[in-house]
Amino acid sequence: MAKKKAEGYLSAKESRRISKQNRKITNELEKKRKRKNVPESEYLTTMHDPNNSVEFDNLHTYFFTDSGTVKSVDGVTFEVPIGKTVGVVGESGCGKSVTSLSLMQLLQRPQGQIVEGEIRLNLGDKAYDVAKMPYEKLQDLRGNFVSMIFQEPMTALNPVFRIGDQLEEVLELHNKDMSKEKMKARTIELLEMVGIANSEGVYKMFPHELSGGMRQRVVIAMALACRPKVIIADEPTTALDVTIQAQVLDLLRNLKDKINSSIMFITHDLGVIAEMADYVVVMYAGRIVEKGTAEEIFDNPAHPYTIGLMASKPVVGKQVDHLYSIPGKVPNPINMPNYCYFKDRCEMCVGRCDGAYPEEVSISPTHKVSCYRYYADAEKGGNA
Amino acid sequence: MRKFIIKRLLISTVILFFVTLIIYTLIRCLPTSYVETMAMQLSTAPGSKPYEVWIEQLNASYGLDQPILVGYFHWLGDFARGNFGDSWKFTVPVIEEFKSVIGISFIMGAISLVLELVIAIPLGIIAATKQYSKSDYIISASALVGISLPTFFFATVLKLIFAVKLGWFDTHGLVGRNFAQLSTWGQILDQAKHLVLPLATLVIISVGSLMRYTRTNMLEVLNADYIRTARAKGVSEGKVIYHHAFRNTLIPLVTIVGGSLPGLFSGALITETLFSIPGIGYVSYQAMTAGDIPFTMFYLTFIAILTLLGNLISDILYAVVDPRVRIEG
Repeated sequence: MAKKKAEGYLSAKESRRISKQNRKITNELEKKRKRKNVPESEYLTTMHDPNNSVEFDNLHTYFFTDSGTVKSVDGVTFEVPIGKTVGVVGESGCGKSVTSLSLMQLLQRPQGQIVEGEIRLNLGDKAYDVAKMPYEKLQDLRGNFVSMIFQEPMTALNPVFRIGDQLEEVLELHNKDMSKEKMKARTIELLEMVGIANSEGVYKMFPHELSGGMRQRVVIAMALACRPKVIIADEPTTALDVTIQAQVLDLLRNLKDKINSSIMFITHDLGVIAEMADYVVVMYAGRIVEKGTAEEIFDNPAHPYTIGLMASKPVVGKQVDHLYSIPGKVPNPINMPNYCYFKDRCEMCVGRCDGAYPEEVSISPTHKVSCYRYYADAEKGGNA
Repeated sequence: MRKFIIKRLLISTVILFFVTLIIYTLIRCLPTSYVETMAMQLSTAPGSKPYEVWIEQLNASYGLDQPILVGYFHWLGDFARGNFGDSWKFTVPVIEEFKSVIGISFIMGAISLVLELVIAIPLGIIAATKQYSKSDYIISASALVGISLPTFFFATVLKLIFAVKLGWFDTHGLVGRNFAQLSTWGQILDQAKHLVLPLATLVIISVGSLMRYTRTNMLEVLNADYIRTARAKGVSEGKVIYHHAFRNTLIPLVTIVGGSLPGLFSGALITETLFSIPGIGYVSYQAMTAGDIPFTMFYLTFIAILTLLGNLISDILYAVVDPRVRIEG
């Protein structure tokens, strides 16, 4: 009799087979990525809508780990319009950060790879597919055209270099003809812009001499240094206390208006999303379950997961004994079921939920949801 | 900083006192006794006094009739006054013998340290940046082989291959047979040739641990958030590794290498002995087996001081290379 094995148990043989297979796949992908002199035509593409600054199209980002392939992002499609803020919500590990890291090609390689799909980036006169761009080409865009605000202010700055040097590095990389004095002036200006009073002093300080909030400001200043068109804010306020959080959000909003860039705002704080975002994308287990404008998502949440999220948000002035929490847990990312990923936790299942993963249906031109509960309506309306 | 150094030096003095006390006690308890061997020899001479008489006389003249503690304080008093005594075995003042052998040990130590750094750090970085690649496996495996090889075994194998079978080098010694007839340049080359095998032994045995240390630290640093920040800024991969990451890897490396600097003077006892290189390690080994208390005491105290100094240097260097560390008294 075979012994009953715990979930996730791997025999040595199996694990060896997986590692071998992974190596084969990643080596091939790495080889493709490491080619020299890739012609521009290979990654030149056109935007589906020129008003978008970023379009994620059927993005698949997988991690080939020793215990199996983790499909962190599995067919994600959404767009970030120019000058708008798109909030990406979802619980930890649902693929929010991996989506944004794919846009910057900052995945932990060789394990993390974009295996399918396009990320179209609108450069104004042309558009590039970031998923196919060679690394060296992308270097010129990073920090310059697309920049990222990281979530860990305590560790996001290099401990051995001074704040000024770290900030100036971005300017130096993307503005080759800028003079030293001009660069310093711009750095001080940036520090002042993010609300650091003692900018001259901070310029000469090391990261450990600053508080978390100050460091987060420095990280933001670094991301904004070259006036990027796309800003990815990966939980920029999670590590901060509420007053600083409000200041940072104000700052981001003002800056966005000033340089008319698009923001992709990643967070699991619905309050922040409500305040910041024009559009909201709700992710669950590597897929988008619902997307729409902020009003649609907050006033009329459609997917049971979104409804659950809204219900588990504390409301000021309302007395409850227990804050609602969605029952169950996220399925194992290595062996995803072939039905709706949320089915096992869902309290609103219908008969059809046993079928394959639901396709996306439109509730309104901007509001889309992947749930069988809306199939009937959609079929009646004839726009499925 | 000054307060810290003074404090550390004072603590070191206390440690040194107990270390020397233990060493002295151990040496006095060793089964090899210089005096007994000498008494044995003298008593076998024709018409000589019996062994018992000799040993009593010699014990008295070498100060071994005193109890251990008294003997220790006697030694300590001399040592503090800078009087290190005469070596029994070499029959010259200890300091003179020391001066004549320390040079070659220092040269060997310095060359092997430089070679180690030049080999280990770049290879460690390559292994880390190409983790799980073929080059990483080759580097890591050879590092492990180097660490696992015992010095005496590896030195013997090297001798067998390169000295006995191939006949490229001499099996031991620092100078060749015709050394005296050579020109100055020839003499230098001759000595260099004799140092090839001992240095190869020293470097190959110890390069592995430094390499693995570099690799581990580099890997840790490469996974840090600030490396991702650097990449997000658009920094090129080479600059990410050799500027952003390496500067952080340097912190543990500098402290470990800085701490081993005094070790340059300590000699390599096993290697020097195996290759009969007249360095401090080989000479002190001879002194120890002969029961030469003044020389052994001097050498072991010297090593103890070097170790304490090494720790102090690595603590100070930590503060120098890492801006987060500030030493306060």
